[in-house]
Amino acid sequence: MKETTPINPESTMASSPTETLPEEFATSRAEEQIAIATQWQLMWWRFRKHKLAMAGSIILILFYIVALTVDFLAYANPYTSEAQRSLMRPQAIHWFDNGKLSPHVYGVTGARDPKTFKRVYVTDLETKISVRLFAKGFEYKWLGFIPCNIHLIGVEDTRAEETLFVLGTDVQGRDLWSRLMYGTQTSLFIGLASVVLSLILGVALGGISGYYGGIIDTIIQRIIEILRSIPTIPLWLGLAAALPGTWSVQQVYLAITLIISLLGWTELARVVRGRFLSLRQEDFVMAARLAGCGQMRIIFRHMVPSFMSHIIAAMTLALPAMIISETSLSFLGLGLRPPAISWGVLLQDAQNIQALAISPWLLIPSIPVIIAVLAFNFVGDGLRDAADPYG
Amino acid sequence: MIAYIVRRLILALLTTWAITVLSFIIIQLPPGDYVTSYIASMSASGVGVTEAEAQALRIQYGLDQPIYIQYLKWMGLIAQGNFGMAIEWGRPVLDVIGDRLTLTVVISVAAIVFTWALALPIGIYSAVKRYSIGDYIATFIGFIGLAIPGFMLALIVMYVGFKYFNANVGGLFSAEMADAPWSWAKFVDMLKHLPIVAIVLGIGGTAQMIRIMRSNLLDELRKPYVMTARARGLPETRVILKYPVRVALNPFISTLGYLFPYVVSGSIIVSMVLSLPTVGPLLLKALIAQDLFLAGTIVLMLGVMTVIGTFISDLLLMWVDPRIRLGKQ
Repeated sequence: MKETTPINPESTMASSPTETLPEEFATSRAEEQIAIATQWQLMWWRFRKHKLAMAGSIILILFYIVALTVDFLAYANPYTSEAQRSLMRPQAIHWFDNGKLSPHVYGVTGARDPKTFKRVYVTDLETKISVRLFAKGFEYKWLGFIPCNIHLIGVEDTRAEETLFVLGTDVQGRDLWSRLMYGTQTSLFIGLASVVLSLILGVALGGISGYYGGIIDTIIQRIIEILRSIPTIPLWLGLAAALPGTWSVQQVYLAITLIISLLGWTELARVVRGRFLSLRQEDFVMAARLAGCGQMRIIFRHMVPSFMSHIIAAMTLALPAMIISETSLSFLGLGLRPPAISWGVLLQDAQNIQALAISPWLLIPSIPVIIAVLAFNFVGDGLRDAADPYG
Repeated sequence: MIAYIVRRLILALLTTWAITVLSFIIIQLPPGDYVTSYIASMSASGVGVTEAEAQALRIQYGLDQPIYIQYLKWMGLIAQGNFGMAIEWGRPVLDVIGDRLTLTVVISVAAIVFTWALALPIGIYSAVKRYSIGDYIATFIGFIGLAIPGFMLALIVMYVGFKYFNANVGGLFSAEMADAPWSWAKFVDMLKHLPIVAIVLGIGGTAQMIRIMRSNLLDELRKPYVMTARARGLPETRVILKYPVRVALNPFISTLGYLFPYVVSGSIIVSMVLSLPTVGPLLLKALIAQDLFLAGTIVLMLGVMTVIGTFISDLLLMWVDPRIRLGKQ
């Protein structure tokens, strides 16, 4: 579905002194702008018009900022568990105290109900624990090498792990907010890594298929068709279940990334092949061939740049599926395993409907999944529309 | 027409073959073999197995032979209807699977019927009344359907049902019907539970289908023949339904081939959450317990089922599209 909206570089015009010029001259200036604009500039102008895609981009940038600064955003160590504060409900931060801005939370004391043996928490309205920005907390290494102990929020005089539970705690008494931050990091990077891996496979096989055509093309196309008509989840499950239980977290991480990308490359290969097929006939490819360019040079210097934008769009649209795959696999207990933290691992706690009815905040990790998937879809749609600015 | 059917049939056979290989790989992948896990389960129940007996078992199952011979032997056994033993259950695999496979088919087909029944009219409406409020609502619901994975939707539905209606929306039968033999009452009971399952399972596909139908129909509506039909004074519903919708239906039907594996895949996870008596929970249990013959058989059967579904959709496409039926491409 292509909509041919004329490109209108208004904002670039605003800075140039066109207002004083005659009307006709102004339009020709605008056309000239379009004529000399680079392909990427035209794409940007087209992309900018897609409101949802712009909003999606901002959300995605925020998501990846979160992924890069998890240690700063999390205020509690995600692994510190404590049976004494199992399944606490989210705490509200009160911003004002007697009309003055002084963010604080009330202290919470837990006790076991003698009849039902459930833990019951009572908010102690007398104890006010003030929350402050840029507080000191557990030690970490930012980006893996800068030692630091400053966190976005924290509490004074005591450890944040013991009093602050913005999103409540899980069964083992670990702070959900901090775990969610770490889960975001894992899930987003696994999605990115899988999509890069399947891109390599997709470009290689789709490229070979589209460039050479003939019998090789037929074989690769049949393989893709076969792969696409097999239900993927049973296969994933089978492969994931075969990972030895003795593997370390990193090994499982890598293996799951591989499994997800192994089954996700077909759509990318299809896009790349389609582009290769249509570009093969173009004059500039013929010209390059006549000028004596080698095949590798024709492919990577002449053909790939002209459909780079399509690949980026296809990648963006493939990412949500990768994220959902990881989440589903981990949710079923066959993907990442604790102590790794990802959205799927966090949602494992929400599997039991009785537990969920008592502590609905365990379902919170599903919100970032939905938002991220939506944002990737919007951005992908916008990129796809913008990918061909001459259309 | 014959050439088309033959080509599709060959592809279906190739796919089936690929699925048997993949299922075999799944059986082979984990460390150890069938005998190792058999010995483990025997010694767990207190019966020891001597080394000589283990060796005899290995020879009986052909585990001492190269891998491709093992594959052929396995295929040979399957051809005779022998799918091996489900170790954990101590019963033949087919016995354990029982009518769970049929129920998986029932649920998947129900989800697809739901998908089509909803996506077709909404897609047509969205295209005809483009940029209307209804179109925006449909697009919005479509995006939500796309963004919420099936298992999450199932969780939310379960939670809402449990919390606000105090009802367990999971399962495919009421508690008193679950173990009863098939009867008319049980069938009616299943029909009552089916809609929620079909909605949860089908909503993701519905979102995709609405988008496909909308964009196909939009492409058609721009064509000159539509204007001609209008200029000739055909009533609007006839203009739209008689020609453009029929043309737009083609890609819509051909996606069934991909929709089917998608729904079957989804049913595995959704079944886990809604505790449906399909092969899904069984597969998961089998994989975790490394009950490999059971797991391999389930993957194989799901795959073959999908191939059959895809083949049916190919035949359907042939029936709808005269270009294929009359042998032109």
